[in-house]
This record gives sequence, C-alpha cells and structure tokens, in this order.
Amino acid sequence: MMTTAQQLATIAICSAGTVLTRFLPFAVFSEKRPTPAFIRYLGKALPSAVFGMLVVYSLRDVRIMEGSHGAAEFAALAVTVLLHLWRRNMMLSMFVGTACCMLLKRLGL
Amino acid sequence: MPNEHRSDIRTALRAAFPHTLPIFAGFWFLGMAYGVYMDASGFSAWYPILMSIVIFGGSLEFVAVSLLLSPFAPLSVLGITLMIQGRHLFYGLSMLEKYKGTGWKKPYLIYALCDESFSINCSVRIPDGVDRGWFMFFVSLLNQSYWVTGTAAGALLGNFIPFSTEGLDFVVAAMFAVIFLEQWMKERKHWTALIGTLSSLACLLVFGKDSFLTPSMACILVLLTAFRRPLEREGGFA
Repeated sequence: MMTTAQQLATIAICSAGTVLTRFLPFAVFSEKRPTPAFIRYLGKALPSAVFGMLVVYSLRDVRIMEGSHGAAEFAALAVTVLLHLWRRNMMLSMFVGTACCMLLKRLGL
Repeated sequence: MPNEHRSDIRTALRAAFPHTLPIFAGFWFLGMAYGVYMDASGFSAWYPILMSIVIFGGSLEFVAVSLLLSPFAPLSVLGITLMIQGRHLFYGLSMLEKYKGTGWKKPYLIYALCDESFSINCSVRIPDGVDRGWFMFFVSLLNQSYWVTGTAAGALLGNFIPFSTEGLDFVVAAMFAVIFLEQWMKERKHWTALIGTLSSLACLLVFGKDSFLTPSMACILVLLTAFRRPLEREGGFA
C-alpha cells in the first residue's frame, strides 16, 4: 500500500502527463510564428478522422462475441443515426437513442 | 466591468449551455460511477474530487484507481498516462486555429481540452454576435463542473440510487455518432472520416479494446501523411 505522499505523487504524475499531451501542440506551434503547412493540413484533416475514432472508442466495451452481441447498442446506434438523418436535431437524436438503449437493456438484450 | 461586457458574457453562457446538456447527462452518469468505484475501493471522497479537478480525463481516472492500489511506480504511471492521453495531441493540432486569440482564457481552454469539450468547440458553429472566446470557455468550464460535481455526488451518495441506470452511458456514444454525422454532412469528401473509422475498427480487432488507441492514431497519422497530396487536391474538409 502506498503512503499518502506516494498517492499524491501518482495523482500529480497523471495530471502532469495529461497537461503535457494537451499543451504540447500549442507550445510547439505558437501564435506568434506561422504554423507549418503540414500541421495546418493535419488540423483540417484530423477532426473527421478523430470523430470516427471516438465513435469506435466509445463503443469499445460492447461485447460483440458474447451474450446478445451488442444488440442493444447497435439498435440504439441505428435509431440515433436514422432519427438524426430525419430530423437533424442533436438533442432529440441523443435522447431517443439513449432511452432506446436503456429500454433494450432493461428488456434483457 | 462595463455593462456591455457583462451582457456579452451572459449571451455567451446562454449560447453555450444547451450544447453542454448531453455532456451533463453523460458526465453525471460516468462521474457518479467513478465516484462510487473510488468509494468502493476505499478512498475518501477527496481523492476522486481532486483527481477530477487536476486530471479531468475519465478513462485515465478509472485506470488510476488500480494504479493507486498498486505499489508506487512513477515511471510506469507516466507511461500509462501518455498512452491513454496521447489522443489530446490530435485535439490540440485541430484546435490550434480555433483557440487562437482567446487571450487569458486560452490556458484554461487547453487545460480542459477533454474529448467532449473538443467535440463541441471543434464542430459547433458559434452564432453571430456571440463572443468566441467566452463561448468556448463556458463549454469547457460547464463540462468540467459537471464532471467534478458528478464525481463528488457519486463518492458521497452513490449508494443511494434507487433505479437501474444501465445503458445510460450510451449517451456518450450517441453524442460522438451525431457529431460524426454532422461533420459527414458538412464535408464534400469523406476520405478522412473513413480513414479514422476504419483504422480504429481494424486496430480494435487486432489489438483489443485496452490498447487499440495508440496504434489507431499511428495508422491515421501515417495514412493522412501518405495521402496528403490527393487529399489536399480533393479538399472538401468540413
């Protein structure tokens, strides 16, 4: 078991590492100098790629191989997407999709 | 502070708040789960509250519970932190232009650059007449306040929730899916969206859910670099 000081040090390292990953791009490419063309290209090309990655990331705990094979999550995802294509209302799509997932889980899917 | 200035701040807060509501639901759910987990692991409420303020990164905070229960190993803690949080480098690169010229708010905007605040600040079209800096500042501040209060609520009274919240965490996936769709509909070409989604899916299958993030980012970076010329020629970024 760690001492309290060691626990606080562990938390401080987690914090410092996180701060480093958040500040590094801004520290390297300052406002005062023009940003290199390749980095500007990445800034434009990355967001769509990252959102795709985050969708996969947020569903990483779904067990595709076991139980109901993630039926509740995938059905709820389909509802979210279709509803959004139809009404294009972010809050509505998220609310109904999540309610759908909770309901299906409650029904044992 | 002059009155005009104060009304600008209020306008920005009013414009930002609705965009953060889904995060409120998601963060209270996940934050409470985290608080309960810390409580069950034997930590006083101060630990999760402190960690939510100084780390403010859900996945790492969950992992840190087991780190705190293991022998002291500063180097491996740093390694794990950089692996889990490396994706913030991508957010920073994407927000270099958007966070430009935000003055004293910029350090906090960067400090609080979590997945969700990045998603909103990167994708939302801020209405005309609303101050950009204050809008993005409130998005970040509200999101962090939801996370900290949710964590505190979980740590202090998590054992009293009377109903099943199973499936509520789907709200985070739903939010990313909707933002992904919005981005998809805004852009003319979808190559980068496909690169991101398919690389991540492939890496998830190959490396498993606990270690696919770093290889996914490497794949995305390699593909975007290799196909820079055709991608830039085609353009169509949102």
